[in-house]
Amino acid sequence: MTAAAEGSPSFGMMRARRNALLQSEPVQGLALISPTFLYALVLLVLPILVVVAHSFWTQNYLTIDRSFTLENYRAALTEPIYRDLLWRSLYISMMVSFFTVVLAYPIAYFISFHGGRHKSLWLFLITIPFWTSYLLRVMSWKVILGYNGVLNSGLLGLGIIDEPSTALLYNSSAVIITLTHAWAAFAILPIFVSLEKIDRTLIEAAKDLGDGPIRSFLRVTLPLSAPGVISAALIVMIPTVGDYVTPKLVGGKDGVMIANAIQAQFGKASNWPLGAALSVTTMLIVTLMAGATVVIIRAAQRLAR
Amino acid sequence: MPERRQTEPPHAAERSQQTERPMIEIRDVTRFYGSFKALDDASLTIKEGEFFSLLGPSGCGKTTLLRMIAGFDNPTSGLISVDGQSMEGIPANRRPTNMVFQSYAIFPHLNVEQNVAYGLKRLRLERSEETRRVEEALAQVSLTGLGKRLATELSGGQRQRVALARALVMRPKVLLLDEPLSALDKKLREQMQVELRRLQQAVGITFVLVTHDQYEALAMSDRIAVMFGGRIAQVASPKEIYQRPVNRQVADFLGGMNFVKAEIVEESGASLVVDTLGFGRVNTDKPKAFVRNGGAATLGIRPERLRVLWDNATAKFEVAGKVVERHYFGEITHLIVEIPGLEKPLSVTETNDFGADDIPVGTSIRLAYDPEALVAMAD
Repeated sequence: MTAAAEGSPSFGMMRARRNALLQSEPVQGLALISPTFLYALVLLVLPILVVVAHSFWTQNYLTIDRSFTLENYRAALTEPIYRDLLWRSLYISMMVSFFTVVLAYPIAYFISFHGGRHKSLWLFLITIPFWTSYLLRVMSWKVILGYNGVLNSGLLGLGIIDEPSTALLYNSSAVIITLTHAWAAFAILPIFVSLEKIDRTLIEAAKDLGDGPIRSFLRVTLPLSAPGVISAALIVMIPTVGDYVTPKLVGGKDGVMIANAIQAQFGKASNWPLGAALSVTTMLIVTLMAGATVVIIRAAQRLAR
Repeated sequence: MPERRQTEPPHAAERSQQTERPMIEIRDVTRFYGSFKALDDASLTIKEGEFFSLLGPSGCGKTTLLRMIAGFDNPTSGLISVDGQSMEGIPANRRPTNMVFQSYAIFPHLNVEQNVAYGLKRLRLERSEETRRVEEALAQVSLTGLGKRLATELSGGQRQRVALARALVMRPKVLLLDEPLSALDKKLREQMQVELRRLQQAVGITFVLVTHDQYEALAMSDRIAVMFGGRIAQVASPKEIYQRPVNRQVADFLGGMNFVKAEIVEESGASLVVDTLGFGRVNTDKPKAFVRNGGAATLGIRPERLRVLWDNATAKFEVAGKVVERHYFGEITHLIVEIPGLEKPLSVTETNDFGADDIPVGTSIRLAYDPEALVAMAD
């Protein structure tokens, strides 16, 4: 009886304290992000730490020598093969993001400004290619660009070329074409969102102040949609640097990218530390490139005012 | 008998810039949206240098008309000309008009100076000339020194001034204002009314203002067009519109009005003699568009044109009644007075300097009126 009487207030207090804790905003915030946070920690941060650690070690046939060395980075940065592959990967990803943004902008613009009541239908149509596997989409480009492919037969049939061109497939251009197609939807969406956010009266105001359609686009619509363009460029650029499937399937020997080399180090060549050093180097360069893209677009925006 | 306070609008003395030359002509303009008639055969002439207001409730077509003058919308039929030139087929960017938008539409990626200079860029002025004009426009709206501020760092009132400067710097023939003050709080709004009027006097540009606020229109305009359901009901000076509304709808929209049923006794060219139950026989001006509908007519009198007669004071024209309600509004009091014979009690507005706020409900009082204030109108 006495125990219960003594116990209940402290229990009540505990409950009150627990309720206060549950209602506090930082705790709620933490609770909301913790599943994702734990997931990211276990499956993203830890593997990256493992990779970073490996990049400072040495492979001794089947064992790994865990003494600190920068030898892997020396190889990654000075061996011509890796340097070339890295440059090519950067070149391809930049070309892909450039073409993707250039092709996606008019589509996003059309949907936002002329989509009318059918905006969601248009957006839905854009997702249709994703109903099939990425591999199938890459393979279909092989069918289009191949020696006996759709494009070659078409050009032959029209009499524009005399024999099938081999310049279409198994090179960097094929990789660029395929990736540009694959990433289009990812670029359309952020640009569409930023166009949707533009107050249409601003465009009327530009017109009222004497601008024709092209000038008002360049002076109002384009600068105000820059955030969408930046995110579209980054969304495409960052993952394409490390793309591995596309160059493997349509790249041939001229379209090999850094990810293929990294895969080789972790696989056949069985040199994990070198593969890790290549990965870390690529990651750092991509970070720098993404940062530079943001800075350059912002500067261009300021200049255009 | 208390003398009525004379409240002259701030601009009454100066009406200099106006000429009789028409600046905007609107001829039989009709606009359909699908089957909805937003504008119904509107005709209007706005004079050069005039401060003109389009007044009406939302959906009356006033904004549609303004957007047609600006070139953002086109008439289904009819003609609009500005400064003698037909605007048919001329896009907004090549019209001699500029607009102050309701939402101000300040470019968020530009600072104040760049916003104001936006339209000048196309003119390719010399750098010094452009700077001079921008400074001048900013000075006109009292924003000197804020040129480098970002649009996002401005208050509502400041944004409105930027929008005004951005349009004025273009030196348009006509400045169009789409409910420019509706987003401001009451005090700022009243201050801006005075400022806008002064600015218009200073620059001498024709202003066309769209508003649903009757006080705003009355305080600022040279002339007002009152619109209902896509039609222009009356075009006249603020005083004329307020004192001599053409119909009950206009009278109601412009403020309180007591309506009194009347019987026509005699009708001549310019005047009407009518019999009423409360006010007896009244001789009144005949409204221009008066159409006789049998023997009945409607008279109206504004609440402030009825005055309480104190103690033994007498007036030439008076009605007697009983106070049934009293509402206190600070500087004025509204009395609801039942008059024998009138089906609806009269609403009376009296200033509080003589104690109208102390009249108990139930008191019998007498009201003085000027028969000139009793105006005949269409139903």
